Amino acid sequence: MFRIEWPRLVATLTGRYRDLNLAEEAASEAVLEAVSAWGEGLPANPGGWLMTTANRKAIDRLRRESRRDAKYAEAVVGASVPEPTHRVEDDQLRLIFMCCHRALAPEVRLALTLRMVSGLTVEEIARGLLVSEAAIGQRITRAKTKIRGAKIPFAVPENLEERLADVLAVIYVVFNEGYLPGGASELRVDLSDEAIRLSRLVHALMPGELEAQGLLALVLLTDARRAARVDEAGELVTLDAQDRSLWNAAQLAEGHALVRACVASNRPGPYQLQAAINAVHTSAPHFQLTDWAALYTLYDQLYALQPQPIVALNRAVVTAELRGPEVSLAEIDDLPLSNYHAFHAARAELLRRVGRIDEARAAYTRAIELASNVAEVRHLTRRLGDLGVDA
Amino acid sequence: MAQYLLSVHGTDSDFDPPAGKFGAYATEQEALAAMAATGAFNDRLIARGHFVFAGGLRSASSATVVDGTGERPVFTDGPYLETKEWLGGFWIIDAPDLDAALELATEGSRACGGKVEVRPFAG
Repeated sequence: MFRIEWPRLVATLTGRYRDLNLAEEAASEAVLEAVSAWGEGLPANPGGWLMTTANRKAIDRLRRESRRDAKYAEAVVGASVPEPTHRVEDDQLRLIFMCCHRALAPEVRLALTLRMVSGLTVEEIARGLLVSEAAIGQRITRAKTKIRGAKIPFAVPENLEERLADVLAVIYVVFNEGYLPGGASELRVDLSDEAIRLSRLVHALMPGELEAQGLLALVLLTDARRAARVDEAGELVTLDAQDRSLWNAAQLAEGHALVRACVASNRPGPYQLQAAINAVHTSAPHFQLTDWAALYTLYDQLYALQPQPIVALNRAVVTAELRGPEVSLAEIDDLPLSNYHAFHAARAELLRRVGRIDEARAAYTRAIELASNVAEVRHLTRRLGDLGVDA
Repeated sequence: MAQYLLSVHGTDSDFDPPAGKFGAYATEQEALAAMAATGAFNDRLIARGHFVFAGGLRSASSATVVDGTGERPVFTDGPYLETKEWLGGFWIIDAPDLDAALELATEGSRACGGKVEVRPFAG
């Protein structure tokens, strides 16, 4: 309940008082008061109770602060509190755009969004991102200072499409932090869940934005494979070896429906295409029945929008299934990805298939050096072992 | 409304080039075009009510640092910061928020052909 209500309080209070610190503290005080006051039973309208209490806390704080500074005392105490003239959801959307503003460094956007929009504590964010609490606290403080000092607006921007891409990028980073974390854990479920929640929120707030819909579909379809992706020994299981009965059928159904709706709208964007790629993968009852031709077309479309070497690498993996590993190897050999573990992992696999075992061994070794996710390292190490000892 | 400093940084020879050189620009033509574009940008700032002040500076080597905190003032030849790049020119603008300031800075950057730092004034 508080997990959902706290961010809504913060959004509304920020809209009203244009002060993130005040909003954060008043919302937290209201939740604390609720915890003790609700011991005897929930009020009739808990959300309304919290909002009224948080607003009172905010006004108390403003009065206390203004007493210290007589100059502002009259202005603040005398001012009537503006009544909300719009939905909480509008404030939430404004808050999201403020937290994901391009004038803030990407890692700052991430921390601020998780704090203000998701309502995670600094400690939870630090644990999720494997960064010290002090560093997360500092990022959030710096962000608040800049928002106030430089007047980063609490508004839905005019150049919506560009700025929405920034918001979606933040959410996708949160998802990937959960899905492919560094450090000791194979998966960090809480961050993946949080990214799904944020994607749902943005999609609900902007139902007409197809890229937001695409991102929701993408994270649902990727996350649906979670249970099959790591085995009991904590080793990554690649798509060809996954037990597809472990996939989350409800999430797949929801993701597939979202992708179909995107396709029907026919305005493809990067997230929609990546979602469609995942939809093709998850539509196949067996790996051998994957529609590789459809995948190749989708990767081609994605490459046209995002001509990046990583997209070319993924497309080349599809080429291997369509036209064989030799052709695929030729496609990836010149890609400038020598510091990317997945490049060496993909190359190793292709080299193994064409029988260039010594080179495959070197490529696996390089991939292991570069990979940071433990499940992936275990998987690559086993593949390397499967090649047998150097003859 | 808030005020923002939009500043352009560069090396000394960018802003105060020796004869026959055009600073940050490859040719005289480019330099003249940038100057004209910057003038047009200033006019737009004035017309839209954003303009507070703008100016270009002489080279940092023409600066003098004055320390009046002691009993007698101390004068030092040269700029305050020891760096390779200095403030070379700036605008002070009025804008409703950072989004508006960033948009104007983008225009300014395009006009003068350099990177622009946007920094809010206090208060």
